[in-house]
Amino acid sequence: MSVSKTKHKMPEQDPKERIKNFKEVPYGYSPEVAVEEAKRCLQCKDKPCMRGCPVEIDIPGFIKLIRQGEFEKAYELIKEKNNLPAISGRVCPYENQCEGECTLKKIGEPVGIGRLERFVADHHRNKDKKTKPKTMEHDKGRVAIVGSGPAGLTCAGDLARMGYNVTVFEALHEPGGVLMYGIPEFRLPKEIVRSEVEYIRNLGVDIKCDVVVGKTITVDELLNEYDAVFIGTGAGLPNWLDIPGENLDGVYSANEFLTRVNLMKAYNFPDYDTPIKIGEIVATFGAGNVAMDCARTALRLGAKKSYIIYRRTEAEMPARAEEIHHAKEEGVIFKLLANPVRFIGDDQGHIKEVEYIKMKLGEPDESGRRRPVPIPGSEERIRIDTALIAIGQSPNPLIPKTVKGLKTGKHGNIITDEDGRTSIPGLFAGGDIATGAATVILAMGAGKRAARAIDAYIKSKKLKK
Amino acid sequence: MYRIVEKKTLSESVKLMKIHAPLIASKAQPGQFIILRIDEKGERIPLTIADYDKREGTVTIIFLEVGKTTKQLGGLKEGDSLLNFVGPLGVPSEIKKYGNVICIGGGVGIAPLYPIVKALKKEGNYVITILGAKTEKLLILEKEIGEYSDELYITTDDGSKGHKGFVTDILKELLEKRNKEINMVMAIGPIIMMKKTSDLTRGYNIKTLVSLNPIMIDGTGMCGGCRVVVDNEVKFACVDGPEFDGHKVDYENLMLRNRRFIHEEEEACRLKGVTP
Repeated sequence: MSVSKTKHKMPEQDPKERIKNFKEVPYGYSPEVAVEEAKRCLQCKDKPCMRGCPVEIDIPGFIKLIRQGEFEKAYELIKEKNNLPAISGRVCPYENQCEGECTLKKIGEPVGIGRLERFVADHHRNKDKKTKPKTMEHDKGRVAIVGSGPAGLTCAGDLARMGYNVTVFEALHEPGGVLMYGIPEFRLPKEIVRSEVEYIRNLGVDIKCDVVVGKTITVDELLNEYDAVFIGTGAGLPNWLDIPGENLDGVYSANEFLTRVNLMKAYNFPDYDTPIKIGEIVATFGAGNVAMDCARTALRLGAKKSYIIYRRTEAEMPARAEEIHHAKEEGVIFKLLANPVRFIGDDQGHIKEVEYIKMKLGEPDESGRRRPVPIPGSEERIRIDTALIAIGQSPNPLIPKTVKGLKTGKHGNIITDEDGRTSIPGLFAGGDIATGAATVILAMGAGKRAARAIDAYIKSKKLKK
Repeated sequence: MYRIVEKKTLSESVKLMKIHAPLIASKAQPGQFIILRIDEKGERIPLTIADYDKREGTVTIIFLEVGKTTKQLGGLKEGDSLLNFVGPLGVPSEIKKYGNVICIGGGVGIAPLYPIVKALKKEGNYVITILGAKTEKLLILEKEIGEYSDELYITTDDGSKGHKGFVTDILKELLEKRNKEINMVMAIGPIIMMKKTSDLTRGYNIKTLVSLNPIMIDGTGMCGGCRVVVDNEVKFACVDGPEFDGHKVDYENLMLRNRRFIHEEEEACRLKGVTP
């Protein structure tokens, strides 16, 4: 039997249409296409794909079930390991994870594992009758989780299923963390985040919003009240370019821009109260996934021109190939080898221009990428109405600053071992707060490992008593 | 949901509300603020805490009805609820024995000044308070703050009560006569008032604290919308402030950034049928 060398495509909204709305770009597989794609899987005995999965999903197992048309069973199998498949099935960089290890890569494209995961999760969600998770006792101990992003939700879900009584504290008014405030609707519909959060709640997890740990309640108080505490507060501190004019009106951090649009729904202003204004020409600085999200969001808000301005070349861009591809399709203009030098404002203090200097690639730097060096005298200016700074985030300092004796790294990250243990007994951490800004799936993996470490910690503590 | 247990109209457009929020009340300290959201479609707005009662479990907010959200808030009644109420946020005021302090409150900035005056007095300071308002009708908390002030001066722009003019007129006089005995000045009010206060005290090298009120969203240091320039460094008012060294604040930048959404605010007011 010959195997098709390419993945089955997911149908997508036409780029010309989709830049006028915030609806999701790909539609997902139909059951028929999913079965066909599942048939491409070679069911390798050594399961190389699983080596690439931070949350340990039995990938050949669930693909086999899809092939047999057992979509619900496939869902159950994924859920054994992954609490949030509809989310990871959309935003996980599979090409570097499971699909990066797929045997089919030797002859062509890997199996569309991410697309299949998404299909299974969506198929389950769209069913009329949903199986509620089995109710169970939560008497093994009490655990507090700080932050309801991917790390926190995963840790909470796993612990609840082990029989722990889990409370999640969220600073914002809605659970989900970066899934809610950061990733745009057209890439991860908020309805899907809500339904995955609902699943975690149905496992018996109590989620309390409007609680800023470190302010409303301290970590020390939580440590007194609970058997263990997990911190998953993410990388919520925006990095700046540190160039003149960055405080002008019209310059936003990616976090502010995306929070206004995603969490506060500024695209529905004035029906929703939170405003955003972007003018006609928007420039996003940076070239990671967040930068692509910004540039594409700007188009949907009505920008006539949306630039990505980046000091290296496309080869060095940290964004996923799929995001870059979508951005290009939608008409985002890439100004590469250009490094911003300063922002220039009008007499009202509003940004009107950016000055950048052209770059060329020199010798490789410590990251292995060729270092961009400025070409003297090559400064240019372009008119812009809005600048979005998307050059990365650092760990949010609120908790590290308020816990005495907690060891932190030079970027303000909480130092942990492989399983999330911090320098304080009973206190665990994982996700971006420990690693610095990374991906949703790595945060989920960290939450999962920490849940096991917390289980072991509480068990041994209870034995000693 | 956070219930409005008490509502008072302090003046035509200034309202006081006690909100049931026991967890926040138990932690609140002078100088801190809360962020609230009225309903599902609402924006998040920061308001400085005007008082708190740990026993009752209430937090008091006082606000001027100035934009769409504060006007809508002012229309709510006792027994109504707010969808979100989060805090206490920001770094508390440094309350200690300074000696002789001047506390200046302008307009609705008098509200957050109240717990600070109270705490400074209880700490054993000699508290000189200057309160300013546009007109007598808009003057709030005179009696309450008066109770904890050793000296109290009132100014109104129109002369309807106290000195006709600005708080800085009184401050200037006090500093000319008694600058050597003043150890600290605290000013909360319109940006221009805080700027002028800081300009005056700079000459005498008197420590001056101001409380800044930039536009905020999350209040946890995540978005940087509230960034202010202090001593040529970018600070986030929500987590590094809201109080800063008044001599080092870039007030021009703050004024500019606070005007960011002025047109949208007007539009929202117009469309929602509230007069801006």
